[in-house]
Formats: sequence, structure tokens, C-alpha cells
Amino acid sequence: MLLYDTRYRSATIQVIALIFFMLLAAWLINNTAQNLAELGKPIDFGFFSEPASYDINQRLLDYNSRDTHLRAALIGLLNTLVVAVLGCATATILGVIIGVLRLSHNWLIGRLMTVYVEMFRNVPVLLWIVFIMAILIETLPAPRAFRGEDPAASMLLGDTVALTNRGVYIPEPLFSRSLGDVHMLGGSGLRFDISLDLILLLVVLGGGLWVSRRIKRRADRIQESTGVRPTTWYLRLGVIVVPLAIVLTVLGFHLGYPALKGFNFQGGTHLRNSLIALWLALSLYTAAFVAEIVRSGIMAISKGQTEAASALGLRSNRIMSLVILPQALRVIVPPLISQYLNLTKNSSLAIAVGYMDITGTLGGITMNQTGRELECVLLLMLVYLVISLSISTVMNWYNESVKLKER
Amino acid sequence: MKKSVFFGALTVAGLAAGAAAAGTMDDVKARGKLNCGVTTGLVGFAAPDANGEWNGFDVAVCRAVAAAVLGDQNAVEFVPTTGKTRFTALASGEIDMLARNTTWTFSRDVDLKFEFVGVNYYDGQGFMVPKSLGVSSAKELDGATVCIQTGTTTELNLADFFRSNNISYEPVPIETNAEAQQQYLAGACDVYTTDASGLAATRATFETPGDHVILPEIISKEPLGPLVRHGDNEWGDIARWSLNALIAAEEYGVTSANIEELAKGTNNPEINRLLGTEGTLGEMLGLDKEWAKRAIAANGNYGEIFAKNIGENTPVGLARGLNAQWTNGGLLYAPPFR
Amino acid sequence: MSDVSFVRTEMLPEKAPPVTSAGAIGWMRENLFSGWFNTALTLVSLVVILYVLSAIVPWVLSPTWSGTSLNECREMLAAAGHNGGHGGACWGVIRERWIQLLFGFYPSELYWRPIAAFILLAVALAPILFSDKVPGKLIWFSAAYPFIFPWLLWGGTVWGPIAAAAGFGIGFVVYRILSDAVSSLAGMIGGLVAALIWWLALSGLAVSALESILPIGIEAVESRKFGGFMLSITIGIVAIACSLPLGVVLALGRQSDLLIVKYLCVGFIEFIRGVPLITLLFVASTLLNIFMPPGTNFDIILRVLIMVTLFASAYMAEVIRGGLAALPKGQYEGADSLGLDYWQSQRLIIMPQALKISIPGIVSTFIGVFKDTTLVSIIGLLDPLGLSNAIRADANWNGIVWELYGFIALLFFVFCFGMSRYSMYLERKLQTGHR
Repeated sequence: MLLYDTRYRSATIQVIALIFFMLLAAWLINNTAQNLAELGKPIDFGFFSEPASYDINQRLLDYNSRDTHLRAALIGLLNTLVVAVLGCATATILGVIIGVLRLSHNWLIGRLMTVYVEMFRNVPVLLWIVFIMAILIETLPAPRAFRGEDPAASMLLGDTVALTNRGVYIPEPLFSRSLGDVHMLGGSGLRFDISLDLILLLVVLGGGLWVSRRIKRRADRIQESTGVRPTTWYLRLGVIVVPLAIVLTVLGFHLGYPALKGFNFQGGTHLRNSLIALWLALSLYTAAFVAEIVRSGIMAISKGQTEAASALGLRSNRIMSLVILPQALRVIVPPLISQYLNLTKNSSLAIAVGYMDITGTLGGITMNQTGRELECVLLLMLVYLVISLSISTVMNWYNESVKLKER
Repeated sequence: MKKSVFFGALTVAGLAAGAAAAGTMDDVKARGKLNCGVTTGLVGFAAPDANGEWNGFDVAVCRAVAAAVLGDQNAVEFVPTTGKTRFTALASGEIDMLARNTTWTFSRDVDLKFEFVGVNYYDGQGFMVPKSLGVSSAKELDGATVCIQTGTTTELNLADFFRSNNISYEPVPIETNAEAQQQYLAGACDVYTTDASGLAATRATFETPGDHVILPEIISKEPLGPLVRHGDNEWGDIARWSLNALIAAEEYGVTSANIEELAKGTNNPEINRLLGTEGTLGEMLGLDKEWAKRAIAANGNYGEIFAKNIGENTPVGLARGLNAQWTNGGLLYAPPFR
Repeated sequence: MSDVSFVRTEMLPEKAPPVTSAGAIGWMRENLFSGWFNTALTLVSLVVILYVLSAIVPWVLSPTWSGTSLNECREMLAAAGHNGGHGGACWGVIRERWIQLLFGFYPSELYWRPIAAFILLAVALAPILFSDKVPGKLIWFSAAYPFIFPWLLWGGTVWGPIAAAAGFGIGFVVYRILSDAVSSLAGMIGGLVAALIWWLALSGLAVSALESILPIGIEAVESRKFGGFMLSITIGIVAIACSLPLGVVLALGRQSDLLIVKYLCVGFIEFIRGVPLITLLFVASTLLNIFMPPGTNFDIILRVLIMVTLFASAYMAEVIRGGLAALPKGQYEGADSLGLDYWQSQRLIIMPQALKISIPGIVSTFIGVFKDTTLVSIIGLLDPLGLSNAIRADANWNGIVWELYGFIALLFFVFCFGMSRYSMYLERKLQTGHR
């Protein structure tokens, strides 16, 4: 028998497993097909080209209710990515600060940070999202409060930023001699505009950075051969700042400030409080986990490293940046990746505060209105899977690069 | 048929593996319970009390059907559904009927393959604003921030209304009524829009209801009614005529107080046929003679249910308006029991 | 010449340390005010703490325990001199609804059953978690517990769980007979097939036969009656318990040399870990019935249990894989050198150690799953968060926000904090240093 011959056993088992898997898949697909036929709803993605008929407030691209469901899903996807990127960045910064402060010698600070970490780790993130949304709504002033002779609330930072319970209005960059936009894929559901101003700025900034790197390399070479490092910081700063400033002046850069007109503030960039609540909640929640990761990463570095570094005569911040952190990073990065993944997946709870991410558009209103559950849910899972896999690919690549190179 | 099936070590008594394709009425009778989909909570329409008893206007429809079919108004399992899960729950047979303030639309009826058995509440989408805003018409709302409850037809109506009037707005989609109310009261939105009945119910619970006005524009037709699956006409008939019995009972003056007396026989043949003392209407439905009597006796006729749950003497405080009998200038018009 | 220089013969008594470095003041100098930076930090955090407390404490201390509606609470607060709508909490809602938040719609005369189930859970876990403090015989109770737990919660005839347990017995007996007569592999296959036949075909008949002869049972409770914290805990426990064996299989599969098996396991694990739980719950609420044969219909709680179990099993597999990886290679080689085959070495040497190392990870997976059960409110189940919406739909309590969220958050905190402390204790205890 094939199973008893060690030469064929593994192949036999694998073939059996494969057959079982295929049978299972065939059974599921067969059931699905039968059920769909019975319901009279064959798989059909045609609804994507129908008008979505609903509006989305927070969006990166232009969109109106006559656009297709496909475009609504795209807007949602971008919103998911926005909150994931913002959340990961904030969570990392907060987490590192809190993790370091937890190790502080200050008793009160140490305890306070412990309370913070335990409080956020042990209450469900959905509850935090709802909670922070409620706090934003109840404690910040409504735009109405900014009105009148003696307003109950006023704008911050010299009338440039307005904190309201509808969100935060911040100044937006404007160009009076703009180069205009390039419309890509015009008319289709995936259309988007590319601002030539932005491209120009990025090119100039990139060029500046490149020149500045060259200057640094040269300084390094001089230091290696002569032992004396020439002072180059003003030069390096200059090659970045001066061309940028020139381009900005040529383009007529100025800020557009928000101002109260009618029911709401007009002008400026409006970050809706659904975005802010989700962003805050996800970053505060994830920061508690990141703090623990950072703390254990730092504690994993043996004390001898610090002592050896100070024996070499390094100052304490140099010890942190040159000795401790590069080593701690190797311990920190792998669990950090999974926290980033968790944050991205948790962003799907946006639905609880009405932030229109991909779950709110494709898996929410679109699914409700079209009744195409199978197509919507499967596509939604596929989108998240692609996002997760890309994050872990990128982060694993980074992890490889900081990993201890054993020789 | 109910049999236990084991999934590994997990025994679950609530697992019923049977053929859902058989008549819904037979299933319900065999089960001894009616599975009725309701909202997860909407003031006046459906909400559980501290003992877990469900009460409300939609709940009363479920109870009437249960009383008609099973003879016991408490033989109902209330299945809370969200805007997202309600249609799949009905389509998959998890619930036998859905009484969850659901708007009767063409695509739901035809494309999603459901059958609306009537209308138990004629509603329309309205706007509520704080009085201090000084707005008297929805057309003055250019640039306003509008709170919408999602998962309904509301957001579509709203988009169409603002688009056709060529004015801009800022939508704030919100999952539940309770949260929408909180945002509106805190001034996070200028306007709250949902069905007019919901607006009235919400306003009634405010600390100072007088500070808020409901604008005169009703921007949509929202006939709300119970629905069942397409294709099971016997069951659809039972649900339809149970609802009609409640409406007709009010028209003929049959109430939960006098129903026992009227059931002994009256001079009005229509009442006699309704209450089963004359004719064989019950048998035609596959039920017994007294089906409608039980449905009405459960919570009273349509008027009594309305008054008890959402009427003017309740916190919700809705006027009958369109939901008056046709004889009083409303739209309620039960077909004849003949 | 006599030397008259003074030589002290006894020690000087120790002097008390200076006031500034001893006692409370010294401690404060050391820990709170060492250096300007620390002093600033301390002052800032003191201000923050005072600010938060001054906002919360008066709100919490509000004399509204007996209120029966929000309006009544408002009147009571006005009478007590609290100002405005946010002057105080309305605790009446908690007094009226706390039982509902704990048990959902479970029949009130049967509350003892979930309580007993959760107390017995502690008893059943004791031999595993505190193996040094309880008698070893208790492990038999732990083995029986997976059948007692669902029976207590869902009720029904006692023969159901007994028949389910009998499946394992039958499988084991067949395994012993066949492995003695033919070979262990045939025994395993035979045992599995026999158990499956019993569960899928025969047990239903046996249960109804026994039921008609000897009807012993307790009142059945439908899973729709489950709600509140009981629902969260039930989902958490069932998901973790069922995902443990699945996780072991997946982890072994992922480590296996068999390419196809390995990639199937990796694919499953990465797929589940790559999508948010909420999409899996959407599958439970909208799609699972479509995937099953036409006409199958099982209730939403069971569907949620299945999806959450699949979700947890992927995470569990990773935890156990970590445990397997942490075992020193010598253990595998030692098992091989004893001449044990793959299953014997897994059962006798590898798994007991790997599972023991993984317990803290399993506990934190459980905490994660338990917290994630709040997501079921999004698909309309009445877990604590879902119930809070239902309660706010009651005309009496419309407009309540913080009291309910605060109460739910507090309960979650107490539960999760206790679990995480326990897991830390366990981690210390398990660090016996044999590496």
C-alpha cells in the first residue's frame, strides 16, 4: 500500500489532502451556485457601473452622488489608507514616547503611563472609538459658538485653526500662479488629478536632498582622510530650502484660512471629526501596545551595552541613538509589523462613527442598496488581504534590512 | 422537524436543520414560534424592556400574526436585525417575516425578491433643526451639515433632494438613532434627517423639545410595512390579511374591549365574517375561524396599537395624519373582508 | 612617654539621614523632583490628574441611583443642586438594566446555569493552570467539561452531550482495537471514520431513542436569548476552546515537510489574519447560509461562533507555532533517538511542552477575542454594546450615553485586566530557565 512505503508516503498524504481540499472547495462552490440560482441572484459585478446615489463627506478625490459605486469604493479605499497611515505614524510616535516614559525614574510618570497602557489595552477598541467620538462631540464647541460679538469659542493660532465638534479646520496651501492639474483617466470611475505644482515641489525637494547628500558624503570623506569634519550644515540646509523658497514664491504660494460663513467654516482643509475620532482612538489604542513592545525591546538590551558605550565616552543621547535603539529595533520591528496590521484591520470599525472607509462604502451603503452581499463581501476581503499582504511585505523587507547581519 | 446535530463537541439545541423550501406556515406551526425580524431598537417601534420583553408598533404586528397563526401572541422570537442584515435574514429563512420600518420600494419588491404585504405606517423623510437657527424651509439649508441615519433609503433621498434643488450640504452618516441624536444635540450637525416619525420620537425625548422644529418639507414617500419572501403566497396572504384585519377592525369599531361581545354575532355581516361567526374566511387562509379575532384581541385594533405605542399620549406623540382611516381623510384602506 | 592619643573603642551610633533624603520628602526628591525636567513632568502630570478627577468625580457621585427615567434623573439632579444636563450621571439606568447587560434575555429563573457554567469553568481550568495546587484527578472533570458547558448554557436533553462525548469514546476504542490488530495508522483512520459516522449518522437516532426511554434534561434555552456579557464570554470561550485543536493542527501543518499541506495551512492562516474580523462577521451574517447546502439554516449565534472560531484558530496557530519554535532542537532529536514516530513524539514530548510555553500567548489571544466580540453588535447581536443601543431606544432612557459606556468599559477592563495579570504571573512561573 502506498501509505506504508516511506518512498511514497508523503506524496500520498499530500495527494489525499489536495483531493480533500478540492472536494471541500467544490462542495462550497456548488452550494453557492445552487443557492444563488435559487435566489435568482447570479454573480454580477454590473452594479459597479451604476450611479451610487449617496454622498461621501471626507474624500481625497472629487466625487458626487451621480458617480458610480466603483468610484465610491475607490474613495472608501483611499480613506482607509489615509486613516491607516496617519494612525500607524501617530501610534509609533506616541508608543515610543510612552514606552520610554514608562521606564522613567519618575515614579508618578511611570505609574501614569502604566495606567494609560492598562486602560487602553484592556477595553475593546470599538468602545474607545465610540467613546472618543462622544468626547469630541460633547466637549468641543459647535461652529455656532464662534459666531456673534462675544463668541463663546475662538479660533486658535492667530485665527488659522478652528477646533469644532464637526472637525478641525486647518489652513490649506494655495497657489495663485498655479501650473494647473493633469487629469488622468478622465471620465472613468478611477479618474484622478495630478497637481503639477506638487510634482514640481517634489522634484525640487528631491533634488535638494540629493545635493545635500552629496555634500554630506564629501564631508565624510574629508573627515576620514584628515580627521577634521568641515562644517556643512548651513550649506546642506541652504541647498534644500533656497530652491524650495524660490519655487514657492514663483508659484505664488499662500495659505487659505478657514472662516465662518453660513452654517459652517468655509475654506481651509476640513478634517471631519469622524476621521479625527477614528485616528485618535486607533493611535491611542495601538500606542498602548507599541509602548509595551518598545519597553520590552529596550529592556532586552543588556546593561553592558550602555556601560560599554559610556566607557567609550559617548553622551547619553548618542548612546540611545547609536547603541541602544539600533539593537532594540531588531526586537521591536517584528511585533510592530503585526500592530500595524492590526491597526489597519481595526480601521474597518470606522463604520461605528460614520467615517466612510471601504467597509462603509463597499461593505456598507453599496451592499445595502444593491443587495449584492456575495460580491461586496468577497471583494472587501480581497481588498483588505491585499493591503495586509503589502504592509507585511514592505515591513518584512525593512526588517531584513535592520536584521543582525551574521557573518 | 427538529433534530440535534453535533459539530464536534459543540451541541447546540438552537440548530434546526430542515427544509426551508416547505411552506413557511407549516414551518412556523411545527416550530410553535414565529421568527420575526425587528430593529435592534427604535423608540416606539421596537425595543426590549428591562425584562427582555419586546414592545412597540412593529412588534405588535408580529404579535398579531403569531396570535392568528399559533393562537398565542407571545409565541414570537424577535430577531434584532440591522439595516445590513435584515434582507439576508429574511431571504435565508432565518426569519419568517420582517417588521422593521422597511420602506416599500420597487427594487426591494422586485429585484431583492420580497413581498410587501401592506403598509402599517405611511412615513416621509423630514428635517429637524434647532429653532435658534432661524430656518423655515429645507431649501435654506445651503452648506448645512446634515446628520443621516445610514443603512436606509434616507441617504439616497437626501442626495437627490439637495442635488435637484442645486444646493450643497455636508452629510454625516451615523449608524444608530441614539448617536445621531447625540450629535445633533451637541451641534455637531445643523440638521437631523430621518423619517418624520423618527424625528418626532427623537424630539419628544429632548430636554426641551420646544427648541427644535420639524421643517414642513417632506422629501420622500416612505410607506413602511412588513414583508415576507417572494413565492410563498399562502404565508404572504396570512401576513397581509392579519395586518388588514387590524386596520379593518378599527374601521368597524372592533376593539380589544368589545371583541368578545361582538364575536357572539352582530348585525353587521362584515364584522361577522371578520370575527369568524359567518363565512369561512379562516379556512381559506388555512387557519381556523377565529384567527382574526385572536389577532385583534392580542393588542387591539390598529388604532389601539397606534395610540399605545406611538400615539399622541405617548412620549413619541405622533398624530395620525396620513395614517388615519380613509373615512377620516387618511390613507388606511383595508380591502373588504368578503 | 605615654601615648595619650585618644582611641575610640566603641562605634558611633548611626545618625539619622538628613531630612531631605529620608522619609517621604527624600522619596519625593528621589522619585519626583530630581532635576528640572522631572519636576516639570511631575507638575504637568499632577495638573492633568487633578483636572481629570475634578471632571469625573462630581459626575460619578450623583444621587440618581433610584431614577426610573432620564427625565426623573434630571429632576433629581436639579433638586440636588447639580447644574445642567451634564452635572451628574444617571445611575438609574444601570440599576434597572445591569442584569440585562450581564445576561441578555436569558430566562431569569435560569440564571444559575450560566453562573454555574462559568464557576465550573474555573474548576475545570484549575488542573491546567494551577497544576501544582490541585489534585490531579480533577483532570477528568476538565475532560468532561467541554460537554457540560454547552449543556448548562443551552440546556435540552442530557443525552445530547453524552452522545457527543460517546463519539470520542467510540473513536478511541476503534483506534485501540485497530492499532493493536493492524497498525497505528489504520487505527487512527478507523477511529476518525467511526467517530464521524457516529456523530453524523447514528448519534441523532440514539439521542431520540434514549430520550424516549429516559427523558432526563433541563429546559432548553435558544441561543437568541443570549446577550450581554454572557454572550461575549460564551463566544470568547467557545472560540478559544474550539480553536485550540484547530490551531494545533494548523501549526503542525505549517511546520510540516509536506509542501501541499504546508501551503494549504499557510494560505488559510494568512488569509484569516489578513482580513478584519468584521468582514468575517459579515460572512457569518450574510454569506454563510449561501455556502451551505440549500435549505440549511442555522442560527446567527452559531454562525458567529463558527467564524470567530476560524478567526481565533489562525491566531492560535501562530501562538502555538511560536511555542514549537521556542522548543530546543534537542527535544525533537531526543524524541527521534528514542525511536518514537511523528505522532508519538508530538503527543508525548513536543506538544505538552510547546502548549505549556504557549499558555501566556493563548491567554492574550483569548483577551483579544473577548474584546473583539464587541464587533458582533455591528451585525445586530445584542452584546453589551448592542444592548446599550437597544436600551437607549427605550423612551425612558433615550439620550443616555456615558453611564452605559462607562459601565461596559469597566466590566471589560476588570475582566481583561485580571486575565492579563494572571497571564503575566504564569509567564514568570513558567520561566523555569530550561533552555
